[in-house]
Amino acid sequence: MKFVDEYRDAHGVAELSGEIRALVTRPWKLMEICGGQTHNLLRYGIPELLPPEISLIHGPGCPVCVTAPELIGKAVEIARRPEVIFASFGDMLRVPGPLGSLLAAKAEGADVRIVYSPLDAVNLAHRHPRREVVFFGVGFETTAPATAMAVWQAEREGLANFSLLAAHVLVPPALEAILGSPRRAVDGILAAGHVCAVMGFGEYEGLAARHRTPIVVTGFEPIDLLEGIRLLVAQLEQGRAEVENSYSRAVHRDGNLEAQRMLHEVFTAGPREWRGIGSISDSGLHLRARYQEFDAERRFPLPAVAHAPTDLGCLAGEILQGIRKPRECPLFGQGCTPDAPIGAPMVSSEGACAAYFRYDRRSV
Amino acid sequence: MNEFALQCPAPAAPDRVQLAHGGGGRLTAQLIERVFLPAFANPALRVLHDGAVLETPGARLAFTTDSFVVSPLEFPGGNIGHLAVCGTVNDLAMCGARPLWLSAGFILEEGLPFDVLERVVASMRDAAREAGVAIVTGDTKVVDHGKGDGMFINTAGIGTVVAPTAISPRAVQEGDVVLVSGDLGCHGIAVLSVREGLEFEAPVESDVAPLWPAVEALLGAGVEIHCLRDLTRGGLATALNEIATASGLGITIEESAVPHAPSVRAACELLGLDPLYLANEGRFAAFLPECDLERALATLRACAVSQGAVAIGRVSGASARVDLRTVIGSLRVLDLLSGEQLPRIC
Repeated sequence: MKFVDEYRDAHGVAELSGEIRALVTRPWKLMEICGGQTHNLLRYGIPELLPPEISLIHGPGCPVCVTAPELIGKAVEIARRPEVIFASFGDMLRVPGPLGSLLAAKAEGADVRIVYSPLDAVNLAHRHPRREVVFFGVGFETTAPATAMAVWQAEREGLANFSLLAAHVLVPPALEAILGSPRRAVDGILAAGHVCAVMGFGEYEGLAARHRTPIVVTGFEPIDLLEGIRLLVAQLEQGRAEVENSYSRAVHRDGNLEAQRMLHEVFTAGPREWRGIGSISDSGLHLRARYQEFDAERRFPLPAVAHAPTDLGCLAGEILQGIRKPRECPLFGQGCTPDAPIGAPMVSSEGACAAYFRYDRRSV
Repeated sequence: MNEFALQCPAPAAPDRVQLAHGGGGRLTAQLIERVFLPAFANPALRVLHDGAVLETPGARLAFTTDSFVVSPLEFPGGNIGHLAVCGTVNDLAMCGARPLWLSAGFILEEGLPFDVLERVVASMRDAAREAGVAIVTGDTKVVDHGKGDGMFINTAGIGTVVAPTAISPRAVQEGDVVLVSGDLGCHGIAVLSVREGLEFEAPVESDVAPLWPAVEALLGAGVEIHCLRDLTRGGLATALNEIATASGLGITIEESAVPHAPSVRAACELLGLDPLYLANEGRFAAFLPECDLERALATLRACAVSQGAVAIGRVSGASARVDLRTVIGSLRVLDLLSGEQLPRIC
C-alpha cells in the first residue's frame, strides 16, 4: 500500500538499526509519549532491533489509559440515564471505572454507541431530537479539534440536545511534569507526530531548552520510529538538546493553524486529573464560558463518585513516568491482565502494560 | 474485595453477559469453559472442534450447529441466509465431512418486511444448492416488535465424514505447514462498512461461500490433511491460537505472507483494526505435512473458492503459542483478543 509499505521496509529497518548501533556509546533512556507509538514499537518488535544501551520508556500517551476513574464513573452515570444516547470512541468502552465500564453499562441496558468522529455524535443528536446525546471527548490535541468542531457546530445550529463530557488532555504540561520531576528517568523524548501535525512543535522548543532534553518529532511506522530514535541518539551522543522534526511529511513547525483556531475558540486549558499520575495544572481542555451550555457535567449534575485509592502494589504511576518498566510490576500478567486490568496502562491496547502483555510475553 | 478500593478499579469478572462473550476471543473461551463444558461434559464435545464427529453403526457422522445474528441482515456480497447455510456447511467441511442435511430455525421479529425474508430464503436455497445440501426440517417463531434484530437464523447440519484420517487440532504435527485458502478480512470489513455507515471508494464484498468443494478437492487429490479451521469471528489469529492451545504445539506465521485485499488493508489502517482478527465466511486454514504442500496449493488454486491459497507459516516446538514474524523481520506473540476489536482513538 502506497505511503505505508515503504515505511515498513525490512531492508531500511536493518540499515537504520545498524546506524543506531554505530552511534551509541552509552546507555540512554528514550521516552515515546504516544500510545500509538508504544503499540507499534511492540507490534513490530522494534526493541529487539536496538542495541542493549537503548531502553525505551513508554510515557503517559494513551488518552484512554490516563482518563481519571472519576470521569469514567460520571460517564457511566450519565450513560445510564434513560433519555441519554452516550456516544464514545470505541476503545474507551472497555476501561473500568468505579461503576464498571461503559461496555458493562451497555450490557445492563444503557444506550452506548461507538462513533468514529465527534461529528457523528452531532448527527445522532439531529436524528434523535427527543433524546440527549452526550459525546465523551477523549484524546490529546489530535482528537480535540474535531470535538471542538462538533461543539461549535452544535452551537451554531442551536442543537439543544447535544453535550460534551470533556476529558481531553494536552501533551506539553505532562511532559513538563515528567521532565521536571525530581525522579526523572528520561534522557530524550520522541514527540508524537500526529499531535505535532495539529499543534506544530514550537511549544516543545522551550521544554527542550529548559530541561536540556532533546526532543524529536516522530511518526508511527517502523522506519519513522527508528529514524526518530537515530536522531535522538545522535543528539544525546553529541550533547545537543534541540527539537528536530523527523516527520516532515506530516508536520510543519506551526502545525495546522485552522485546527488550533477551532481548539482555542471552544476550549481553554485548566487542571486535569491523570489516572496513575495525579492532577497536572493546565493539562486539560475545558469548555469556554460561551459554550458551557454544552457541558455535560453541568447539564447532568452528579454527586462525585466515591473513589478512594489504595495501594495494591500497582506501579502504574511509575510506569507512566518511565521510572519502571511494565515487567517490573509484581501484578503484570498475574493479577493484572487486559481482561481484568488493575493499572491504567493495562486498560487500553495502547497502554504500555497491555502492549507488553499482548506482544512481548515470550519470557513471561 | 471492594471494587471502589482499587487504585484503578476494575471489575474482576463481569457478572453479566457482554457482547464480547460472543466475539470468539478470550471471553468466549472462558464462557465455554466456565458454563457449558462442565454442564454438558462428554468426549465428543471435549474435542472443541467446529463440529462433533460421531460414530454410528456403518457411518461416521459430523454434526454441528450455528446461530446467525448479523446486523444488518443484508450486506455487500451476501445476506444472513448465505451465512446461515455456508457457516454450517463450512463447519461440517472443517471436519472432513460431506454436508448432507441442514435444519433451519427462524426467529422473526414482528414487522419484518416479507420481501427481505423472501430474499434471505432465496439466498439459502441458492447456497444450499451450491453446497449440495438439502434443508430437510425447520421451525419458525415470531417475537414482538423490538425484541429481535429483524431475523435470527439457526441452522444445524449433518454430514458424513469422508476424510480417511481424523481431522482435528490433535492431529497437527511438528513440521506441518499452515496455509490459508485466500485473502482474509473481506467479510468483516463488508459488514462493518454497512453497519457503521462507512463508505469506501472500492466497496468490499463479503467472501461468504461454501468451502466443501475445496475440501473435497483436497481429499480427492490424496492430500494428508491434519487440521482444518474456517476463519470466522475472531479471524486467523483466533483460529490459530485455538489450534495451538488444543494441540499443545507452537505456530509461527509470516506476516508478509498473509494475504489481504488492498481495500481491506486500507480500511484497517484507517480504523486502527488488525486484519488478522477480522471475520471471514469463506476462508479456511489447513495444516498438512510439508511434502503435500505443493499438491495442496495446486489443488486449492484450481477451485474458485480457494484460488488465492498460499502458505503462511509452520508448526514448530511445544510452546502452545502463536508467533508472528513481522514484515520487518522481528518476532512477536500473536495473541487472542481481549474482547471485541474496537476502533482505536489514535
